[in-house]
Amino acid sequence: MGKTNTIQSSKMKEGSYKFLKENLGIIIAFVVLYVFLAVYPPTTRAFLTSRNMFNVLRQISTNLYLACGMTMVIILGGIDLSVGSTIALSGCVAAAGVARYALPIPVAIILGLIVAILIGVFNGTVISKTTIPPFIVTLATMNIARGLAYVYTGGSPVRVVSKEWQFIGAGYIGPIPTPVVILVFVLIVTALLMNNTKFGRHMYAVGGNTQAANFSGISVSKIKFYVYAYTGLLSGLAGVVLASRMYSGQPTAGTGAEMDAIAAVVVGGTSMSGGSGKIGGTIIGALIIGFLNNGLNLMNVNSFWQYVVKGTVILLAVFIDFLRNRNK
Amino acid sequence: MDNEVLLKMKNVHKQFPGVYALKDISFELRRGEVHALLGENGAGKSTLIKVLGGIYAANEGEIFIEGNKVNIQNVLQAQQNGIAIIHQELVLVPYMSVAENIYLGREPMKGIIVNKDKMNNDAKKLLVDYNLDFEPTTLIKNLSIAQQQMVEIIKAISFNSKILVMDEPTSSISDKEVDFLFSIMRTLQEKGVGIIYISHKMSELNEICDRVTVLRDGEYVGTKVVSETTKEELINMMVGRQLSKYYTRNYLEVGKTILSCNHLCDNNMVKDVSFEVKEREIVGFAGLVGAGRSETVKCLFGLTKDYSGDIVFLGDKKHYINAKQALKDGISLVPEDRKKEGLYLIQSVEYNTTIEVLSEFIKGIRLNKKKEGEITQEYIDLMDTKTPSLRQTVGNLSGGNQQKVLIGRWLATKPKLLILDEPTRGVDVGAKAEIYSIMNELVKEGLSIIMISSELPEIINMSDRVYVFAHGYVKGCLNHTELTQKNIMHLAAE
Repeated sequence: MGKTNTIQSSKMKEGSYKFLKENLGIIIAFVVLYVFLAVYPPTTRAFLTSRNMFNVLRQISTNLYLACGMTMVIILGGIDLSVGSTIALSGCVAAAGVARYALPIPVAIILGLIVAILIGVFNGTVISKTTIPPFIVTLATMNIARGLAYVYTGGSPVRVVSKEWQFIGAGYIGPIPTPVVILVFVLIVTALLMNNTKFGRHMYAVGGNTQAANFSGISVSKIKFYVYAYTGLLSGLAGVVLASRMYSGQPTAGTGAEMDAIAAVVVGGTSMSGGSGKIGGTIIGALIIGFLNNGLNLMNVNSFWQYVVKGTVILLAVFIDFLRNRNK
Repeated sequence: MDNEVLLKMKNVHKQFPGVYALKDISFELRRGEVHALLGENGAGKSTLIKVLGGIYAANEGEIFIEGNKVNIQNVLQAQQNGIAIIHQELVLVPYMSVAENIYLGREPMKGIIVNKDKMNNDAKKLLVDYNLDFEPTTLIKNLSIAQQQMVEIIKAISFNSKILVMDEPTSSISDKEVDFLFSIMRTLQEKGVGIIYISHKMSELNEICDRVTVLRDGEYVGTKVVSETTKEELINMMVGRQLSKYYTRNYLEVGKTILSCNHLCDNNMVKDVSFEVKEREIVGFAGLVGAGRSETVKCLFGLTKDYSGDIVFLGDKKHYINAKQALKDGISLVPEDRKKEGLYLIQSVEYNTTIEVLSEFIKGIRLNKKKEGEITQEYIDLMDTKTPSLRQTVGNLSGGNQQKVLIGRWLATKPKLLILDEPTRGVDVGAKAEIYSIMNELVKEGLSIIMISSELPEIINMSDRVYVFAHGYVKGCLNHTELTQKNIMHLAAE
């Protein structure tokens, strides 16, 4: 009995050691970035304030909702390009619910989430029932959802004046911003789903070897369906939170958000070929991208140049891991 | 001149982190010789070949070709020294023609344009030289596996290779094609090419090989002239112990019928198949590749959606449309192709062992890691799988151990009927003998087994009864007392 206990605790240590070892490249990258922003004279004063920290976390939150879903989608060997447009559509629908139809805020929010889930369900149905590549399916829904957002709003933002509306995106629970509290909840749910459930094990099986999963009696189409539906829900959450923070539902919201989410996942070490990846890596990936955005803003770097820097850093982070894996 | 030494590898050492893969190996290949390299999976054959082919650099050791010391650091240098390797997995471009594949990367040019006529003519000449009857313009994807292998060989020859390494070339081709392959190998021998031949099929040694070198656990065991040794001696050299019995089988009183299938038909490969399985019985499915055996068990296991016929399992009529239903009733299928259909290669031994029995240690979101470890350990012990830890990535294990992990996974479901599709394909002799003895034990404990196998000795020595398949039909059923190669082949070739 004592022996098995020590095996257990050594396994735990092995687990966290393995996490450190596998993600060493990006952990170092993150620490370097953080320390640099903390000591570099032009950013040092603004950077370390709690206001700024919460601000960054708030921004990272919406990206991480998406990235949680995206991690699962990519582990399945798929991709979801429609998450950015889903942000816009769900945000507009929820905002319009309050502003145009005077619905109670929770009802409007749920309405926004339902729209997002429907997009996910549509993606999931087509991808699980046909052999059309996820890239194509979600490219189509990306355009459809964006178009619907423009059509529905006539192209202009849907403003919400209600003070309560801002709670979910710009408010606080105790000292902590609401989106961060939601984030913690989302992360816990996603991590449990991926690591502790049968569903999670089956997901890795489908992504790692679909044919073997069939022989294993795993319902491949069911797993795919639920993963895309869950990603839809998380995009809707991002959409509602964003619409709340901006006091309005904007049809242009979330443009390019899918790329930031994919970047966080890939920088976090999840393989695009499917079957492997961990939520811990994605979190660090999102932190790197978030703090990088923040640092560039604090340094007053021209926003056009920010794209160039961001792309370069993504490439560097992945390149470090490539070098480390090659030497194995 | 005939016995001139073409290649000499001297005192080669290769270490990987934690593994001593090659310990002081010496190896010699003569001109015009076919030299077999024998050993269990993990014995160091592939590592030695990879050192020769420039894929791995040896830590120590020297390589001489025709008496001159050479330095092989990468694949290009190996090629320049006249070494060509034909890998088990063929590496041709499917959507390019035969000629384009042969001259890939060194196409004859006319200015900046590829000289297609010259390329096709040169390729045609090579094909004719070796009696190959397909055109240089044929696309690779339209060739059979055996023909593709021939293209690989031609490609190697066109580099003027003096040393040809063939890694299990006969594992996926038919007997007739094997004969043709051997005739080509003999032509090469006459031209003075030295061939290093890796195979698990002992029966081929007498037919084609001159000498054989045995490796075990990364060490050199010995070199024998094939005509002066016996199969038993070689097996003992490979395994390092007297294998008292290769096949372990106690024939028991069989029980009542647990499964009967009548007139199964999948509108494709399975035309009309009826058979039954009794308690404590090993039922063999014999036949040639493509006879419909794997397809039959796929119907039974619910992997084929559209099939007709009656299945009665444990007294109840069944019609499975997915594997989950079959599993629930106590049927398990260990698939034919363990890499494609069975294992999650990038996952751990633990993950692979427990994927079918998650309910035993996952309740909702409560994961009992300890229980998972115990289950895994139980089946590692049962199958005697050699793995450094439960966390080891399955893809890094040897073929025999991968197969043991896979069989362990399906045994963990505690099936009443276990279907094994080619259970010992690509598995070394030691692991084979172990798998046979485990099958024997399982049957003693009340399990019934269906074993599909293309290896007749295995079918003959392990089965209580054998159904012989041909062209989607069952051609006959033989009792274990009637089992001879002749009887089986007579039915299979009908």
